[in-house]
Amino acid sequence: MLKVEMLDVYYGNIHALKEISFEVQEGEIVTLIGANGAGKTTTLHAISGLIPIRGGKVEFCGTDLRKVSPHKIVQLGLGHVPEGRRIFANLTVMENLEMGAYMRKDRAQLKKDYEQIFTRFPRLKERTKQIAGTLSGGEQQMLAIARTLMTKPKLILMDEPSMGLAPLLVKEIFAIIEEIKAAGTTILLVEQNAHLALSIADRAYVLETGRLVLQGDAKELANSEEVRKAYLGG
Amino acid sequence: MGVFQQILQQMINGLSLGSIYALLALGYTMVYGIVKLINFAHGDILMIGAFIGYFVLIKLGVTPGTLIVAFLISMPFCALLGVLMEKICYKPLRNAPRINALITAIGVSFFLENGARVLPVIGPNPRVFPTLPPVTHHLFGVGVSRVQIIIFAVAIGLMLVLNYIINYTKIGKAMRAVSFDKGASYLMGINVDRVISFTFALGSALAAAAGILFASAYPQVEPYMGIMPGLKAFIAAVLGGIGSIPGAMLGGFILGVAETLAKGFLSSQMADAIAFGLLIIILVVKPAGILGIPINEKV
Repeated sequence: MLKVEMLDVYYGNIHALKEISFEVQEGEIVTLIGANGAGKTTTLHAISGLIPIRGGKVEFCGTDLRKVSPHKIVQLGLGHVPEGRRIFANLTVMENLEMGAYMRKDRAQLKKDYEQIFTRFPRLKERTKQIAGTLSGGEQQMLAIARTLMTKPKLILMDEPSMGLAPLLVKEIFAIIEEIKAAGTTILLVEQNAHLALSIADRAYVLETGRLVLQGDAKELANSEEVRKAYLGG
Repeated sequence: MGVFQQILQQMINGLSLGSIYALLALGYTMVYGIVKLINFAHGDILMIGAFIGYFVLIKLGVTPGTLIVAFLISMPFCALLGVLMEKICYKPLRNAPRINALITAIGVSFFLENGARVLPVIGPNPRVFPTLPPVTHHLFGVGVSRVQIIIFAVAIGLMLVLNYIINYTKIGKAMRAVSFDKGASYLMGINVDRVISFTFALGSALAAAAGILFASAYPQVEPYMGIMPGLKAFIAAVLGGIGSIPGAMLGGFILGVAETLAKGFLSSQMADAIAFGLLIIILVVKPAGILGIPINEKV
């Protein structure tokens, strides 16, 4: 579904991603783990077209994304829940969801999708008229995910959904991620909390200072000596 | 005329001038909100808008009907001009350092002013703007001219329309989203370029309307006529809090009233100095402006 080949990204003179290649198959949860500054978020930004790609290829459902402008990439069915949630804090909850539905023209289906979102996130339903900036952290993360679901993605790039949340909420968010997968949406998950990410992922890739150093089955990686030492605290 | 009536009279004059500043300040603040650029050529759009109104009124004669026609021709024309200006001059610089775009804006301003001077149909000499015959209504010993009534009606009408667009339409919501976080807007599938174009169109259309109103109140048009109102509107936008739409309206009214009161009671030569002094005081006391939100770093 998503194929990244020899991806090279620079920030000015800094070589941020060095020839990384990986794949995401339909129906999977694939996770990209690694320390702070390894290039996880950069990878997602490059895929979504938010930063320029210097070399290599990104292919989504057969389309070369390098030639597609960022808002069109979303229209192809590639959703992205960015790091730090980045909800529109000045808009209401409902308006945030409407922004997710911005490019959609299928009105009848749209109505059903709103209903579905509100069943999945009852807390958002109670707060449709509330300014999104006043939501709690967990609610903001739910809104960020809900908003992206409104774009009708086939694949969601999810960047650090656990960031800054209390353990109980993290659990809730990860349960939602598994639900989304069960409903047929593919997920590429970036997490600092490697333990948690590996527990729900099918496959995993390990990034280290801009390079892919390990890859494999998530359960196997979780048990491997190298990963445990470096990312799981022994 | 008693002191009270004098103050009331000056207030009315000030609010009428202020509503023109407010219309113009809205363009500054919306464009700043969305691309973080002070579009110094915005005042010159007012000039172009006034000239288009001038040509329409010269051609058709002045009646309330043709005045409406002047607005209906001038506003879309300037909207288009604003869109072109952004596409040609500012868009290529969107990822450049902000100062580059700012200097470009000053360049665009010079281009429009001097372009108008050399254009044979406009030229450097001031012309008299055709106006409706003056009528003044008296209420409690205070005079309100027909032009002032037109200014209030048009300005308030346009602000209501703008308020509706920004708060209740899809594109207006997208404007607020893009001005809050451009990157996240892309991730929603919003065509950010189109939203930016729309913002320039909206701001420029308001400037065109302000141009016709300004020329009706001070019936003279010439290529440099946009500079002073442009600067004042910029002050008004900063005063209210740049990026804030209610702030721009409030700032415009405050500046208009302050300026006329200064003209009426202190010294007409000092009026501009007072306006700019107000800017300095605001920047010292409340850098974010009256309704501006102080910039806080995201954690």
